[in-house]
Amino acid sequence: MAEVTRTYKVGQHPDLPPPRSEVGVIGWVKYNLLSTPFNVIMTLLALWFLWSIIPPLFEWAVLDSVWTAESRKACWAKMEVPEGAACWAFIKDRIGLYIYGFYPAELRWRVNLSFVLLVLAIVSVLYENMPGRKFGLWYAVAFPFITGWLLVGGLGLTHVETDQFGGIMLTFIIGITGISFSLPIGILLALGRRSTLPVIRILCVLIIEFIRGVPLIALLFIASTMLNYFLPPGTAFDLLLRVLIMVTLFQSAYIAEVIRGGLQGIPNGQYEAADSLGLTYAKSHLLIILPQALKISIPGIVNTFIGLFKDTTLVLIIGMLDPLGVGRASLADAVWAGLAREVYIFVAIFFFICCFGMSRYSLWLEKRLSTEN
Amino acid sequence: MNEKSKPESAIQSSKDASKVIIEINGMHKWFGAFHVLKNINLTVNTGERIVICGPSGSGKSTLIRCINRLEEHQEGTIVVDDVELTGDLKNIEIIRSDVGIVFQQFNLFPHLTVLENCSLAPIWVRNMAKGEAEELALKYLERVQIPEQAKKYPGQLSGGQQQRVAIARSLCMNPKIMLFDEPTSALDPEMIKEVLDVMVELAETGMTMLVVTHEMGFATAVADRVIFMDEGEIIEQKPPNEFFHNPEHDRTKLFLSQILAH
Repeated sequence: MAEVTRTYKVGQHPDLPPPRSEVGVIGWVKYNLLSTPFNVIMTLLALWFLWSIIPPLFEWAVLDSVWTAESRKACWAKMEVPEGAACWAFIKDRIGLYIYGFYPAELRWRVNLSFVLLVLAIVSVLYENMPGRKFGLWYAVAFPFITGWLLVGGLGLTHVETDQFGGIMLTFIIGITGISFSLPIGILLALGRRSTLPVIRILCVLIIEFIRGVPLIALLFIASTMLNYFLPPGTAFDLLLRVLIMVTLFQSAYIAEVIRGGLQGIPNGQYEAADSLGLTYAKSHLLIILPQALKISIPGIVNTFIGLFKDTTLVLIIGMLDPLGVGRASLADAVWAGLAREVYIFVAIFFFICCFGMSRYSLWLEKRLSTEN
Repeated sequence: MNEKSKPESAIQSSKDASKVIIEINGMHKWFGAFHVLKNINLTVNTGERIVICGPSGSGKSTLIRCINRLEEHQEGTIVVDDVELTGDLKNIEIIRSDVGIVFQQFNLFPHLTVLENCSLAPIWVRNMAKGEAEELALKYLERVQIPEQAKKYPGQLSGGQQQRVAIARSLCMNPKIMLFDEPTSALDPEMIKEVLDVMVELAETGMTMLVVTHEMGFATAVADRVIFMDEGEIIEQKPPNEFFHNPEHDRTKLFLSQILAH
């Protein structure tokens, strides 16, 4: 045997590279796919499963699919096998409805402009390195008011009733309002629950436990039917506004508990260090405690946000048409009926893209905020 | 304050002894039903260096933590720099900004860089401009000999470096008193010296220091007075030479025999 081990003087042994079978592609395959006989079998089964699923799905959804047709029948007539592929023409035909709901066609530029403003607001909030971020943050604070005015109208713009809102636009309105308002409210509730003042603590516990203990659907029904009974006559306000308030409150209760978990993960020494420097309660929380607690809570917070975003579909129960509602309504059209698969897949893809985006952002944020080596 | 007949107040610093900066009178503290500090009487003069030692659980950490009100005492009075510690939040904040403390576990802020750790309190408590605060922070980081680590996060430093940053962070508030709560107990042996060196240097500048430690070498070299505590009481306090070579109480003798044996 050719022994290649070199000898080094004691104290002078250099750092050698690891054996080639331990790193790189070979190492990865060895450890992740073929590490035990059981894993070898699982790897083969997975490959077989993917091979038998993906090509037919790809054919159905992309290769054989029809993108332009007047009706279901015209769609199927274009296929080699009727019903053998996706008929995306149906979605294309209704795309305006999916995006804008019943928003008047000639005013849809206002919605488009709002989408653009939204993208700008999201970028200025989420990307710290953007030039002029300070201005961007102020813009993000003003954004809800600007878009509120753009979408509803008034002050020189034609008024649009909120019951004409629908589709993706409605999902975004509810989802983003819920997300951006529930975080600050949730933080306050979480801090209140840990307060040393009994009145504040008990109040926050009651709010959190009550809202968490009631299904969102029940809260939405309360918003749509009962809320007006509790308010003085003549103060009835918009259904969408009531839904927004309920969704935000519901979300805040969950966020509060997630953040409370994060706060409990902060060692006592951090509070003591902040106190010992003479920082006030507000400053020590804003500068020391919350940045760390929120960082720990990112997975939980994003998890809650994703849950909220998908829960916006529940508004179809009280008669609001989000993308799922639009899809279900369009299936009632005799010209197109029977294309349920296309509708639900389209809606699922829309939600998946949004939620997957949030998930990836949270992973990126966790990585960026990590200060460990 | 008046010199009572207590034997401990007879021992005064050899230096500028005129100004009393900490005055503790008949102070008691309980944790629930546990009587952790019993009738503490202690007077500290400006510029005095005091080492507090004693077996674990003797209340020495609790005592110095009472001085900046990280712990609340239930009876007696504590006067720090002419301000009495009561429930008054304003007073507490004033005292805390004038009294620095260094913890056993460093307690640096892990989400901030070393420079931000040091400049945070000057900016937010002293309302200093950011640039000025950073200059100040760098000055003290130089003094503890780690200016080159300013841009790093605490998690990237060794224990000894972290503790030196913690000292610099406290010094940035320009404190009148520095408290040290077992500053070297969490450190690996080879890092203890670098921290003690910084503390010795600090002592030479005339800083009033109260140090809870088992580093008897440090006590001998620096302390004006060594206080021995056991079961919540101050048993004995003497200049280090006398303390080590001529202890009065049996408990002090036992403690010294235990820590000096190895």
